[in-house]
Amino acid sequence: MQDAFLELIRRASTQLPKDVLDAIESYRTKEAPDSMAQSILGKMLENARLAKAKSVPLCQDTGTLIFYVDYPKRIPQKKITDAITKAAIAATEKQYLRPNSVDPRTEKNTGNNLGIGHPSLHFHQWDKPYLRARLILKGGGCENVGIQYKLPDKALGAGRDLEGVRRCIIDAAVQAQGRGCAPGVLGVCIGGDRGYGYIASKEQLFRKLDDTNPAKELAQLEARCLEEINQLGIGPMGLGGRTTVFGVKIGTANRLPASYFVTVSYMCWSYRRKQMIIRDGKVRYA
Amino acid sequence: MPETIQLPTTEAAIRALKAGDEVEITGLMVTARDAAHKYMIEQRPDYLHEVLNDSMIYHCGPVVAKEGDTYRFVAAGPTTSIREEPYEADVMGLYKVRGVIGKGGMGPKTLAGCRDYGGVYLHAIGGLAAVLADSIKEVVNVYMLEEFGVPEAIWVIRVENFPAVVTMDSHGTSLHTAILDASTKAQKELYEQRD
Repeated sequence: MQDAFLELIRRASTQLPKDVLDAIESYRTKEAPDSMAQSILGKMLENARLAKAKSVPLCQDTGTLIFYVDYPKRIPQKKITDAITKAAIAATEKQYLRPNSVDPRTEKNTGNNLGIGHPSLHFHQWDKPYLRARLILKGGGCENVGIQYKLPDKALGAGRDLEGVRRCIIDAAVQAQGRGCAPGVLGVCIGGDRGYGYIASKEQLFRKLDDTNPAKELAQLEARCLEEINQLGIGPMGLGGRTTVFGVKIGTANRLPASYFVTVSYMCWSYRRKQMIIRDGKVRYA
Repeated sequence: MPETIQLPTTEAAIRALKAGDEVEITGLMVTARDAAHKYMIEQRPDYLHEVLNDSMIYHCGPVVAKEGDTYRFVAAGPTTSIREEPYEADVMGLYKVRGVIGKGGMGPKTLAGCRDYGGVYLHAIGGLAAVLADSIKEVVNVYMLEEFGVPEAIWVIRVENFPAVVTMDSHGTSLHTAILDASTKAQKELYEQRD
C-alpha cells in the first residue's frame, strides 16, 4: 500500500489532470491574440508537458498533502496512516516533494514532510468494498488567499442569502488578485462551523472542472460567479486578461441559526489533484 | 521579443525598463525568502555584497537534488513576494540589488525603493517550476543551508534566458496597483447588478 501511495503522490506532483489541461488550452484561445495573458497560459501548458516528461514537480511548492480517504471496515485506519507516512518520506527523498513542514516552535523544517497536522488526513469509513484515496497538493500561495466571511457583511452589502454568497465569492477573487497563482478554481462552502467550512470548501476542489452541480440553485450560482469573475480583468498571474478563474465549485453544510459562514478556498492553476482506488489488490489512478 | 538583461547589470539599464516590459535574464542571481531577508537586515552579512551588487534577488524556495558534491534545481518557480515587503527596500539599498523577482507584486515601500535605489520588481510566472528550473543552469554556491533548510537557504545560481515581466519600475509605476484599482471598480459594477 505504501508504494501505491508513493505513486499517487508522484502523479499528483508531476501531472496535471486532463480537465485542467483542457481548461488552460480552451481559455488560452479566448485571450487576445499575442497578449501577455495568452503567452502565460501557453507557458503553463509547456510547464505541464515538461514536468510530466521529466517526472519532476509541476511547482516547487509541493504544498500541503491533503488526503481524503474513504475505506472499508476491514482495513484498519492505522495501516493507511502508516502507508501514507512512509510514502511521504519516500516521496521527499525522491524529490517529488520539497521538504515543506516547519515546526513553528523551533522554526526547523522537519525535512520529511511529517509533523503535527502534516500530512493533512481526512478519513471516512464507508460501506463500499474498496479504498478510495483522493489527494490534493495545495501550495502556500493559494492557501494564503483563502478567506472566510461571516454574514451579514456590511462592507460587501452581503446578507444571509445566495446574493450575499455571490458577493463574497466575487470579493474573494478580487482580494486574491493574481496572488493565488491565477487562473485558479474557487472551492466554496456555505454554512458549517469555521473549521468544517474550510475542510468542505477544499473537498469541492476534487470535482471535475466541467461537472455540473446537482443542486440547481448552486449550479446557477457557480455559472454566474465564473462568468462574472472573468469580467474583472485580473487575468493570469494577476497581470491582466480575461481568464481569472477556471471554475467555481460550491457546496453546503448545515449551520447554526446564529452563524452563516461563507468559506472560500483557492486552488492555483497548478491544480495537483489525483485519485487512487485500490480494489481486490489492484490499484487504479484517475 | 523580450529584452535580454545580463547580470551584473547597471543602474542605467534598469532605469530604462518600464512596467509591462517582458525580459529574459542571464547571469548570476541569488535566491532569498523569508528567513534570508530577516537575516540580511538583522545580521547584515558582508559576504553577500559581492554576489548581490548590481544583481537580482529571486524569491524562490526550490526543490533541489544533490548529485555528489553538486546541487541541481529540480523545480524552482517564484514564491509570493509580499511577505518580504518590510525588508526589501532596505535590502535593495544595503546591497545595491537592481532587481527583485517573485510573484504577486510588492507594496509602496518596495516601489519607493525601486525609485530611490534604481531597481525594478519583476514577475515570474508562479508555478512555472519545471520550465524555470530548466533555465537555471548551475548552482554556484549556497549559504545558510544547514540553518534555514533547503527552501529558505541562500542559493547562488547561474541562469540563462530566465523569463519575467517588469511589473514595478523605477518611475513609480506598478502594474499590480493598476489592475487592483480596475478590478475593484469592476467589482462595484457587478454589485450594482442584482436579480
